[in-house]
Amino acid sequence: MRHDSPLMLPIAKVTQENSSVKTFWFDFALQSHPGQFVMLWIPGVDQKPFSIAYDDGRRFGLSIFAVGPHSKKLFDHAVGERVGVTGPYGNPFSVQKNRHYITVAGGYGAGPLGFLAERLEETCSTVDFCIGARTSDLLLFEKLAKKLSHVTVHVATDDGSRGHHGYVTDIVRELLEKKNKQKKDTILSACGPELMEKAVLNLANEFNVDCDISIERYMKCGVGICGQCCVDDSGIRLCTEGPVVNRKTANTIVEFGKYHRDKTGKKIDY
Amino acid sequence: MLDVTLCGVQFQNPLVLASGILGLTGAGMYRVIESGAGAVTMKSVSEQERPGHPNPTMVGNQTYFLNAVGLSNPGIEEAKKEIEHFKQLSHAPLIGSIFAGTRDGFVRLAEHIDEMPIDLLEVNLSCPNVGQEFAEPFAYSKEAVKQITKDIKEKTKKPISIKLSPNVWNIAELAKAAEAAGADAITAVNTVSGMAIDVRARRPILHNTHGGVSGPALFPIALKCVYDMYEAVKIPIIGTGGVTTGEDALAMIMAGATLVGVGSAVYYRGEDCFQKITNEIKDTMNSEGIKNLDEIRGIAHETMNNKQITIR
Ligand SMILES: Cc1cc2nc3c(=O)[nH]c(=O)nc-3n(C[C@H](O)[C@H](O)[C@H](O)COP(=O)(O)OP(=O)(O)OC[C@H]3O[C@@H](n4cnc5c(N)ncnc54)[C@H](O)[C@@H]3O)c2cc1C
Ligand SMILES: Cc1cc2nc3c(=O)[nH]c(=O)nc-3n(C[C@H](O)[C@H](O)[C@H](O)COP(=O)(O)O)c2cc1C
Repeated sequence: MRHDSPLMLPIAKVTQENSSVKTFWFDFALQSHPGQFVMLWIPGVDQKPFSIAYDDGRRFGLSIFAVGPHSKKLFDHAVGERVGVTGPYGNPFSVQKNRHYITVAGGYGAGPLGFLAERLEETCSTVDFCIGARTSDLLLFEKLAKKLSHVTVHVATDDGSRGHHGYVTDIVRELLEKKNKQKKDTILSACGPELMEKAVLNLANEFNVDCDISIERYMKCGVGICGQCCVDDSGIRLCTEGPVVNRKTANTIVEFGKYHRDKTGKKIDY
Repeated sequence: MLDVTLCGVQFQNPLVLASGILGLTGAGMYRVIESGAGAVTMKSVSEQERPGHPNPTMVGNQTYFLNAVGLSNPGIEEAKKEIEHFKQLSHAPLIGSIFAGTRDGFVRLAEHIDEMPIDLLEVNLSCPNVGQEFAEPFAYSKEAVKQITKDIKEKTKKPISIKLSPNVWNIAELAKAAEAAGADAITAVNTVSGMAIDVRARRPILHNTHGGVSGPALFPIALKCVYDMYEAVKIPIIGTGGVTTGEDALAMIMAGATLVGVGSAVYYRGEDCFQKITNEIKDTMNSEGIKNLDEIRGIAHETMNNKQITIR
C-alpha cells in the first residue's frame, strides 16, 4: 500500500555505515521493493526522496549521505524523534529467477542494490556485487553482501586504497568478458553516479545483456503530477515510470549522462 | 464526434491538460498528448526563474489534492526552448501560460511570448504573488482584470484566455469584465484556497502553510462557476476543476464549457486518465444518443429555462 498522507514515524535506530553515511531505521512494515523510494519530510525544513536500503518486512532503513541542508538536518535528529514518511514510490528493480545479476553500485547506490541482493536469495539467482567508491572508507555494504552465500563481492576504489585501483566499471567489463560459470543469462543492475550508470548502459548495449538502471532526477511530488522529473525526449516521469528503467527505456533518455533539470526546471549539464 | 473548435483552433477532443500539471517540459507535455489529451497548457511562466517553495508542496488523498508549489519555473527564456521542443514532437495545440506580479510584468511577458509557437495564451491572474498596484489580488478585482486584459490584447495577436479564481463571490462579473476588455476566452477555475494539518505533526503539511485545493472536492464549485459564467458571457469557457471522469467532463460541457481542463485526475487515475475520460465520454454519448458536443453544450441552462423538455 502506498502512503500519500505522511506517516509520522519515530526514528527507531541510527547506524553508522561508513565515515559519511548513516542508516535511519523505522519500525514500520513498509512493504517496499528494492529500487523504490520514500519522500522524507522534516517539518519546517523540506521533504526529499531517499531510496529504501533495507526492508525486512517489519522495519525499513534509509542510508543517507549528509550533503546539504535537508540531509544534514536529518543527521542532527535523535532516536525517538518523528519524521514524515510518504511512499513507497516508483518502479523497482526486477527480481528474477535463475539469472546471473551483476550489480554495480557507486556511493549510496549500494543501499538499494544490497536490498536487491538480499531479495535475490530466494530466487536461485546468483550475484556479482560490484561496489565502487573514491576511497576505502566510503565503501558501503561490503560486509553485508559478503554474508550472502549467492553473492560474490568485488571492490574498486579510485585511489586504490582497497580492491581494484580504478573504476568499478572496469570490473564489470571483465566479468562480462569472462561470462558467468553458471551459464545463466546475465542482467546488470546499476545505481550510483550518473556517469557510472551511463558507462554501465554502454556495456549492456555492447555485450547485449539486460540492464536495470536507477536514474535520479529532481523530484517534488513523487506521485507523477508535477512534471519535474520528466526526461527528454519520451517525457516519462522518473518518480513513477522510474527511478528504475530497463535498457530499452534508458536508451530513449537522450539527456541521460548529459544534463538534468534543477528545482526551477532549468537544464544543468553534467 | 469529440472534435471542438475554440478561438479558431482545432482540438481533436475537448480535454486540455491544465496548467502546472506535467507542463514543465516539452517532452512531458508531448507524453500527455500521447496519453490522449486534445491539447496541453504549459506550466505558468514568469520573466525570471523561480525555485518555488520548499517541500511539501503537494499532498493528495481520495477527496482532494492540495498544492503550494510557489509557481516554480525556469523563466520565459528557458520555457521558450520547451515550447519549441514540444512543437517539434507534436502538432497538437499548445496553450501558453504567463503570470506576473505587476501589470507591466504581464505586458512584457505577453510581448515576449507572442513570438513563440503557442496557439492560445492563458493569462494566470489567479496568482497569489501580486504587486501593489491594485488593492486586491488581480483575480478578485474587476478593474485589474479589465486593465490587464486590455493591455495584453494590445501586445499580442494570439487569442487570450483569462484564468480566474473560484475564491470570489462574483466570478460571472469578473468574466464579463474580461470579455468587455477583449478577452477571447475564460479559463476557470484555478484552485480554491485551503490547507491541511497533520495531527501527529501538529502543524500544516504544506511548507507554505496554505495552498490551493483541486481534485474531486473542487468539482461542484468549479461546475457552478462555469454555469454562472455561461449565463454572463458569450466567449468560450475552458471549464476546469476536479474533472476526473467522463461524466464530470460531460457535466462541465452541459454547464457551458467548450473545452475541459484536466489536471489532478493524473493523480487519481494515472497519466492515461485522458484516454480513460475520452472513452467514458464516448460511451455515455453513445448510450444517450448524443451525436456531437455542440448538441449538449450549455444544455443544462435550456432544461432549466424551458420546462417543456422531456427526457426519453
Ligand atoms: C529516487 C532518488 C533516490 C535517492 N536516494 C538517496 C539515498 O538513498 N540516499 C541519499 O543520501 N540520497 C538519496 N537521493 C538524493 C537525495 O534526495 C538528496 O541527496 C537530497 O535531496 C539532498 O538534499 P539536501 O538539502 O541535503 O542537499 P542539497 O544541497 O539541496 O542538494 C544536494 C544534491 O542533491 C540533489 N537534490 C536535492 N534535492 C533533490 C530532490 N528533491 N530530488 C532529487 N535530487 C535532489 C541536488 O540536485 C544536489 O545535487 C535520492 C534521490 C532520488 C531522486
Ligand atoms: C500541482 C499543481 C500546480 C498548478 N500550477 C498552476 C500554474 O502554474 N498555473 C495555473 O494557472 N494553474 C495552476 N494550477 C491549477 C490548475 O491548472 C487547475 O486550475 C486546478 O488544479 C483545478 O483543476 P484540477 O482539479 O483538474 O486539477 C496547478 C494545480 C496543481 C494541482
